[in-house]
Amino acid sequence: MIEVRELTKSYGPTVAVNKVSFEAHAGEVLGFLGPNGAGKTTTMRILTCYLSADAGSATVAGYDIFEDSVEIRKRIGYLPESAPLYTDMGVIEYLNFMTQVRHIPKSERKERIRAVIDTCGLEDVIQKDIGELSKGYRQRLGLAQSLIHDPPILILDEPTSGLDPSQIIEIRNLIRDIGQEKLVLFSTHILSEVSATCSRILIINNGEIVANGTPEELASQAEGEEIVHIAIRGSQEAIEAALNELEFVSQWTHVETTDGIVVYQVNAPQDSNAAEALFHVVVKNGWSLTELRQESVDLEDVFLNLTDKE
Amino acid sequence: MTNITAILKKEFRSYFNSPIAYIFITFFLGISSWLFFRGFFIQNQAEMRGFFGLMPWIFLFFIPAVTMKLWAEEKKIGTIEILMTLPIRDYEVVLGKFLASFALLAVSVLLSLVLTCSVVYLGDPDGGTLVAGYIGLLLMGGAYLAIGLFASTLTENQIIAFILGISTCFVLLIIGEDFVLFNAPNWLFPIFSYLGLGAHYSSILRGVLDSRDIIYYLSMIGFFLYLSTLAVESRKWR
Repeated sequence: MIEVRELTKSYGPTVAVNKVSFEAHAGEVLGFLGPNGAGKTTTMRILTCYLSADAGSATVAGYDIFEDSVEIRKRIGYLPESAPLYTDMGVIEYLNFMTQVRHIPKSERKERIRAVIDTCGLEDVIQKDIGELSKGYRQRLGLAQSLIHDPPILILDEPTSGLDPSQIIEIRNLIRDIGQEKLVLFSTHILSEVSATCSRILIINNGEIVANGTPEELASQAEGEEIVHIAIRGSQEAIEAALNELEFVSQWTHVETTDGIVVYQVNAPQDSNAAEALFHVVVKNGWSLTELRQESVDLEDVFLNLTDKE
Repeated sequence: MTNITAILKKEFRSYFNSPIAYIFITFFLGISSWLFFRGFFIQNQAEMRGFFGLMPWIFLFFIPAVTMKLWAEEKKIGTIEILMTLPIRDYEVVLGKFLASFALLAVSVLLSLVLTCSVVYLGDPDGGTLVAGYIGLLLMGGAYLAIGLFASTLTENQIIAFILGISTCFVLLIIGEDFVLFNAPNWLFPIFSYLGLGAHYSSILRGVLDSRDIIYYLSMIGFFLYLSTLAVESRKWR
């Protein structure tokens, strides 16, 4: 549904998007991940035909972004960053305006407005002016606006920014539901968000795509290590001697010692069951275990690796 | 067409959702009445000449205030990004916004008809001149609005849009005034006297609706709306 070929856009001497290519299809939730200023917003603005690219080509829903921008705009719902809305309008008044410019037939308008109010949880604020809404509700109204014509493609720029944790979870679930049949492309710089929501991730840095794959694929690209945090009450020298003897331990670091509890970070190859083995060592030596926590190498490391090169 | 009407309705309502419309109408009627009653009581004359005569100068300050927010505010708060990614062509948005501001102007001018009624009731004015005056007022107002709208497309700061609008209107107004015309080089004289915003209005005020004057205002409106569309499209220029 979206096909992007070598898209390039610069603002003066700064190249915002550099030869970006990717494809996306219906039923996918595509996460656009990257540090601030990586080119996520610019790419989205080009795909929504708000800006135009300097070079390259892209088709959205089968239409060319340069030739048929109106046809594309009919088929996408777009929520720009920080949900800009007309603060002097009422919530219903705004949605009603959107049904008009989206050419929704008069007979279906009420029904569509009702539907997006329900999906986005706007029931409590329908009497209010947009200017009175909190950030979270504005974000939801922005989302409602992008859904009102039931578009096959949804492009959301940082849809969860400024929301509280429970709202974030709601929006994520909503995105996942919508992504069952439609194409959702959304950007974020929050890592946990993509692994929780996306079926595919594009990591973009300095205007270039540096990684493209499912969350699992990307995680397995990272060196395949697991990290175990362990806190033991016992003699530091004895513990360290035992750690040195363990074959599967590729590296360990002493984190801190407080009140006789020694904390280590132990690195081991993936699938070595390091946590379990460490537990047995502790038991065998008669120390007491106060904490044992396994952290698999995750997207965060992939992300930092890929975006930190310079 | 449905797009243009949707934008028109939205913008027109937005004038009345904020204090702008009320302030504009109040001040416009206040000043008009003052201009009218000044002559009415002191000179004991029931006529509209004072009212119509000063309108080019009153519009100079009022109209850029009406148009300044139309694009600058959209840019400032970012709503332009949603607006321009709707399936609407750029010129439709420009036209919708222009018509909304024109509607506000028309409402204010209509309300000032109360003055005209009292003139008709108390005196015996020339009906043709009055009708021509009102048509001229709307045409000239339309040109001011188009200029103000264009100024608003150039910036995201409403104050800059306001000042830019006033200055452009001011320049276009004074080049048609006598003191500029007589000091201008000979070859500029016909150009200036044709382009001046006020000169055509004055000739309409004499009660003669000349097609040249109407064409002048319509083409000024068309030209500045075209420039506005270009300015809005310029975000996509490569």
